[in-house]
Amino acid sequence: MSFDRRRFVRTASGALAFVSSYGLLARAGIAQTQPIKIANILDRTGGLNPYCLKQIKATAMAVDELNAAGGLLGRKLEIIFYDSQSNNQLNSQYATQAFARDKVDVLIGGVTSSSREVMRPIVNRFRGLYVYNALYEGGVCDRRHVSTGMVPAQQIEPLVDYVVNEKGAKKAYILAADYNYGQITSKWIQKYLREMGGQDLAVEFFPLDVTNFAPVLSRIQAAKPEVVWSALVGDAHMSFYRQYESTIGKKNLMLVGTVYGAGRENVALSPAENEGVIMATSFIDTLPTAAAKDFVERFKKFSGEDDYIGEYGEYGYRGVMLWAEAVKKAGSVKPDDVIKALGGTQFNGPGGLYTIDGQTNHTVMDIHLAVGNANGGFDLLKSFKQRQPVDTQQVCDLIKNPNDNRQYEPKL
Amino acid sequence: MVQQFATGAYLVLFSVSTLVLISLGLAVIFGLMRVINLAHGEFIMLGAYCCVFSVKAGMPLWAAFAVSALAIGVFGVFVERVIIRHLYGRLVDTLLATWGLSLFIVGAVTTFLGPQGQGIATDFGNISVGSLNLSVYNLILSAIALGMLAVTWVLARHTRFGLLIRGTMQNAEIASAMGVSPDRVYMVTFGFGSALAGLAGAVLVPLTGVSPTLGLAFVAKAFITVITGGQLPLIGTATASALFGTIDGILAYVYSSVVGEVGLLIVAVIVLRLLPSGITGRMRSGL
Amino acid sequence: MAQEFASDAALPPRPAWWAFVAISVIVLITLPWFVDISLQLSLSLAFVLSLLALSMSFLWGYVGILSFGQTVFYGLGGYCYALFAMNFGYTGWAMVVALALPALFGLVLGYFMIYGRISDIYLSVITLVVTLIFEKAIRSTSGPEYVVGSVRLNGQNGIPGVPGLQLPGMSEPLSIEGVFYLASMAMVVVYVGLRLLLTTPFGRILVGIRENERRMQLLGYDSRRYKLAAFVLSGAIAGLSGALYAVWGNFVAPEMFNLNQAAQVVIWVIVGGRSTLIGPIVGTGVIQSLTVWLGASGVGQVTLVLGFILMVFVLAFREGLLPTLGAAWRAIVGRSGAMRNARSGHHG
Repeated sequence: MSFDRRRFVRTASGALAFVSSYGLLARAGIAQTQPIKIANILDRTGGLNPYCLKQIKATAMAVDELNAAGGLLGRKLEIIFYDSQSNNQLNSQYATQAFARDKVDVLIGGVTSSSREVMRPIVNRFRGLYVYNALYEGGVCDRRHVSTGMVPAQQIEPLVDYVVNEKGAKKAYILAADYNYGQITSKWIQKYLREMGGQDLAVEFFPLDVTNFAPVLSRIQAAKPEVVWSALVGDAHMSFYRQYESTIGKKNLMLVGTVYGAGRENVALSPAENEGVIMATSFIDTLPTAAAKDFVERFKKFSGEDDYIGEYGEYGYRGVMLWAEAVKKAGSVKPDDVIKALGGTQFNGPGGLYTIDGQTNHTVMDIHLAVGNANGGFDLLKSFKQRQPVDTQQVCDLIKNPNDNRQYEPKL
Repeated sequence: MVQQFATGAYLVLFSVSTLVLISLGLAVIFGLMRVINLAHGEFIMLGAYCCVFSVKAGMPLWAAFAVSALAIGVFGVFVERVIIRHLYGRLVDTLLATWGLSLFIVGAVTTFLGPQGQGIATDFGNISVGSLNLSVYNLILSAIALGMLAVTWVLARHTRFGLLIRGTMQNAEIASAMGVSPDRVYMVTFGFGSALAGLAGAVLVPLTGVSPTLGLAFVAKAFITVITGGQLPLIGTATASALFGTIDGILAYVYSSVVGEVGLLIVAVIVLRLLPSGITGRMRSGL
Repeated sequence: MAQEFASDAALPPRPAWWAFVAISVIVLITLPWFVDISLQLSLSLAFVLSLLALSMSFLWGYVGILSFGQTVFYGLGGYCYALFAMNFGYTGWAMVVALALPALFGLVLGYFMIYGRISDIYLSVITLVVTLIFEKAIRSTSGPEYVVGSVRLNGQNGIPGVPGLQLPGMSEPLSIEGVFYLASMAMVVVYVGLRLLLTTPFGRILVGIRENERRMQLLGYDSRRYKLAAFVLSGAIAGLSGALYAVWGNFVAPEMFNLNQAAQVVIWVIVGGRSTLIGPIVGTGVIQSLTVWLGASGVGQVTLVLGFILMVFVLAFREGLLPTLGAAWRAIVGRSGAMRNARSGHHG
């Protein structure tokens, strides 16, 4: 078959017309039957993935359940997943790709504070919405950002109160991971300690790759505190709990962890190493409620995995569900409409009732104090209903200042 | 005062021993074969996993150590046959190929064993020096590290096989002219170095646990210790470990672990500047 | 594509090369009209990183110095730009500082190593150690007391919110498209500059030093001075890369100094071809797109794939992707090419 110039021009222009028709149709609003797109940027690989793997599956399960119930606003939901490989460079690239190329309707993801701070400006630039599902140091005041995890006022204040007033342990030695979470959290511990009549003997910071805690264990013993507070994070720091048990022992010196359990330490450590660590949480697998039990069963069935899920896994579920409730309330999936509907949005989840506080875009939730037991799990000590994110509320008012866009830090 | 001194000595001993432990395998391979195995950290990690699985399967700790050393030794022989053998004499290429191997192993372990850390408990408890508790296991680790050094020395100096290895190391051509197969010597040496790495991982596991990225924490320090030690694997590594371990141990105790690590690195740079071929670079004889 | 480091490398480039450069520039200028901004973003990053790869391969291929520590200058360039721009607001001058300071540090470090007669593997180790020192030192600056001017160093998290490049006369910082142009043109300029550098006496002396340092010394050249100059130049290029990264991503972090990043530079250069200049550019592009694609496609562990690639390339494709392809091409094209070369007096 001869392919002369005329035929070529005809074919080429036909092809061109065909290709651009998608663009035309999309702009004509035929997009209404297209799925709602959720960008999920988490670290499936790399050093941070212990915090993410369950959350990835829980997010998928939430979307699955919503679709099974007919979707949102008559449209199906679709997750576009990006593995940021514990690399902030990729967080930046994927966030931009999600909004610019894939035209997603919401960004859900990021676990570390640094990944959140890298992605927030991008979300602002594209005027999108960002749901951040992790416990963190508090203080982010940004109407395009929603936080569904615990902040210091919710978990640290009751912990300090319990340890100082009920357990009588006033003299504290504090260890924290050396980055903004650890730095700010340790300040909160010191603040609450001093307000409640406790005393911080020393604060030490550790880069995330330290595994040798022998020097600090010696220093702790020399200082003779009544309790040791740990805001240590990640795999390497887990060795602290091992070395603590073999050198000092929780029977001899109380140990409290502010983020213990979030990294599923109870799974990685031996029962003896887990037993006795006091922590605060908004969800553990063994919460004695029907909602929690049901969630755990559904998750095991959905994921095919049998092991401990943990708080970060459940965050993924509640984040999607809370956003979905806001979408339903707003009647639209457009970020600016959803943002207006955020305040007061509620969802009854595995950990109880969640409410988004319109002043800060943070979440009101039930908090429980728990202690590690000899079976690799946790026993509940005390529960507090519907704790407000007081720390952020004190500095942030998105209703009065909707253009606020920064993270506030506590002053001692 | 005595208390502080005892604590300091304990921490320095632990720091030195840890360096010896993680560096010895790399040193044997580098010193005897001029091969830099950047996957050394991953060999340590695999040894740690071996130990965890053995203990969880019911073996006593000592047996788990032996099994890990053996298993990683065999793995090392396999790696040598498949990869290293083709790259003798090409120092940079072995460095790069083993770097690739290290990435590959980390990826493979994460895929098949999952990223979650694992560990085993130590029931060794602690001993008291005055009002201070020292972990018994840390002391056991030190003993094992120094034992490894001693055993390697004895093997090299007082056995026939050690003689063959040293001879091949000094002059491969003459050794082969005398009937020794350098190929086989290299294979066994690499296997032995790998076994030392595997043992190091196994011994460390009760303290640090294991996860796929465990090796990354150790490879840089081991690499720097070995290079600074110079060409003689045992004397060089022992001296470099003693130097760095003392500095790291003291600085970490007095200030913080970051100061200790940065101090170690700065001293390494200074030593290399003063002794461009490492501590034992100029020494002609010895091990 | 002729190997730059063949001995006819010091001759002025052939017309075919100039045509290649011209066509590339035209393609790069017109690309944003056909390509959406997220792809422009990815390509810009590849260009920025290829500058880093160029700085390393220049030092390795031309001068014979294997530096694992180009990330030192890369990180320094990024942080200098960030700190200067956020303190004083002059992003243009920030770029200048981001070039000058890493070059200065290169002068100090290079003097320390090269005049100390440190060679081969020990030099590589020192450069690796220095980048680790920087990484650890900066990672430990999380506390509020670590401030440079009014900007917190933030340790582990790095510094977000770094302003984009906004020269006097511009009403707002460079857009994504603008960054694309900046990065691509920087890459072209550096590539052409390095290639032409080879034709100057300075360049030819460098190659001579790589071939046989003692001979050059016997000919009267102080090899240390030339090696130091090359080291400083490569430091400046890496610093430029770091500053452009800060402009691209609006953040800098200690990861710019770490072992992983240093390893990536090596992988790019090896894959692309350590003895060519265009090779590292291609290598960077290939590995970067592979990493991004793997992450979004859910294939699995990226490190596994990258490690495998590195092993394969070292074992099988010693020279790297481009020279191997080039050699294959020459083999296919036939021996007439080789005979033509021989007749005109070139030896390959």
